[in-house]
Amino acid sequence: MTSSYTKRIDKRKFDELRPIKAEVGIIPNADGSALFAFGETVAIAAVYGPKPLHPAHMQNPERGIVRCNYNMLPFSVTERAKPGPNRRSKEISMVAGNALASVIDLERFPGTVIDVEIMILQANASTRCAGINAAAMALAQAGVVMKELVSSVSIGKIDDKIVQDVIKDEEDWEEGEGATDIAFTMTSVTKEITHLQLDGRIQTNRFMEAVEAAKNACEKIHQYQIRALKGEKIDETK
Amino acid sequence: MNREFNEDNEERTEMNENNYSEESYDTKKERKLVVPGEVIEEGDDYLPGDFTRKEGNKVIANRYGLVEHNGRVIKIIPISGVFEPRRGNNVIGRVEDITFSGWMMDIGGPYSAFLPLMECPRFINRNNIDEFAGIGDIMAVKIAGVKKGGIDLTLKFRGLGVLEDGRLIKINPHKVPRVIGKEGSMINLIKDSTKTEINVGQNGYIWIKGDLAGENKAEEAIQLIVRESISSGLTEKIEKFLGGKE
Repeated sequence: MTSSYTKRIDKRKFDELRPIKAEVGIIPNADGSALFAFGETVAIAAVYGPKPLHPAHMQNPERGIVRCNYNMLPFSVTERAKPGPNRRSKEISMVAGNALASVIDLERFPGTVIDVEIMILQANASTRCAGINAAAMALAQAGVVMKELVSSVSIGKIDDKIVQDVIKDEEDWEEGEGATDIAFTMTSVTKEITHLQLDGRIQTNRFMEAVEAAKNACEKIHQYQIRALKGEKIDETK
Repeated sequence: MNREFNEDNEERTEMNENNYSEESYDTKKERKLVVPGEVIEEGDDYLPGDFTRKEGNKVIANRYGLVEHNGRVIKIIPISGVFEPRRGNNVIGRVEDITFSGWMMDIGGPYSAFLPLMECPRFINRNNIDEFAGIGDIMAVKIAGVKKGGIDLTLKFRGLGVLEDGRLIKINPHKVPRVIGKEGSMINLIKDSTKTEINVGQNGYIWIKGDLAGENKAEEAIQLIVRESISSGLTEKIEKFLGGKE
C-alpha cells in the first residue's frame, strides 16, 4: 500500500522541528520567566516562589508543591477562546505541573508552593509542549534547585509516517491511517519520560519508533533551552 | 536526612581547607554559567559543593548560576531566585499582621517571619502592640533562627527597629552585594549624592528616606545597578548617573 502522506504540509522534513524562538527573563517582575515558540505556537511562562502556601490545608509538611496554571489567551486562536479555566486547561495544568515537579528538589522547602504560570499567546498545535519547555526554562532561571531540565515535544503518526512537532493541519489529517499525536516530556539529560499523552491509535512497534523520535527531538530542544538560559535570544522565525 | 547532608557538606569544607595549600588546582578559572543537569567537570579530582552533585565521576549542576572552583570543591553561586533566610541575616520587613504575641512580617523568601513581642528591646503594652509598629510599617530586623516552616526574628541588636516614613523597594537579593559595593562604597556614594538615608536588607528589600527628588534618584540608581550588575566600571557609571542632574 502506498502512503498518502509523502510530504509534510509545511514542507518540513519528517524529523524537523518548526523554527524555534527561545528567550529567558521576559517578565522582570517574576522570579523566573521564559518564552518558547515552535513556529506559530508561542508560549510564555512565569515562575514565582518558593513562597508560603495559602490556604494552609494545601500545604504538605514533607515537601513543597508545584502549582501550575496553563491558559490559552482569548486571541491565541482564530475563534476567540473563552477566557478562564476549562476542562482542557485544567487537565493540561495538572499534567504539566507533574511533568515539571519530577525534576525539582521539592524537599528543600516543605510547606511552600512554586507557582508556574503558562500562557499561550498564539496556538498552532503543541501548545502544552511549548508551554512546558518555557516553564522548564523559567524554573531554571528562577534559581529553583532541580536535577535537570525537561524538554517536551509532540510526535505524530500522520498516516504511516512518524513526524516531529505536529501542526494543526497534520492533527486534522484523515487519509490513510489518519492522525495520531503523542505529547512527550522527557528529562533533558537522562531522557526519562515525565509526561505522555496519546491521542489516536498507534501500533506497538510504531510507538517505540515514536519514543526514539521524541528522544531525538527533545535533545534538539534541550540545546535551544541551554543556549537561551546562557543569555542568547534565539529567533529562527525571521 | 537533611542533617546527614549538612554534616557531609561540613566534612567536605574541612577537607577542602586541609588541601588548600595544594595549588595544583586551577582556582582562578573564569566563572562559567551553568544550567541544571549540566556536567561541570569530569574526573575523580573534583568534589561536589553547594548546588552540585556527583554521579559516577561527573560533577553535575543542580541550579542555574556561576561555577566557582575552590581547590577541589566545585560550587555554584546562585544569581537568581528568592531570598533564602539564614540565621544572622539583617533584613528589612513589612508588618503583615499583628497577633497577641508579636508581629507577622513579610521579608520575602519561602516562609513568613514572626517577630515575638519578647524580642523587642523596650517595654510594650500587650494590649497596644500597634503603638510600636502597625500593619504596613517597615522594620529593620535580624533573623534569629530558621526552623521548619517559619522564621524567627529579633530586634535585640544595634541598628534594628522601626523605620519611619520613607519608601520600600524590592530587588533580587543576589544583587545586594553589588548595591552595597566594596565596604559600602556604592551605597555611600548614593547616600551622599542624593542626601538620603538608605537601609539595605540582605533579603533584597531596600528602605530609602529623603526628599522626593532624592528618593527617586536613589531608587533609579539602585535599579540601574541591578540591571547593569555584571558590567565592568559600574561605579563610574553610577557616579556619572548621580552627577548628571546636579
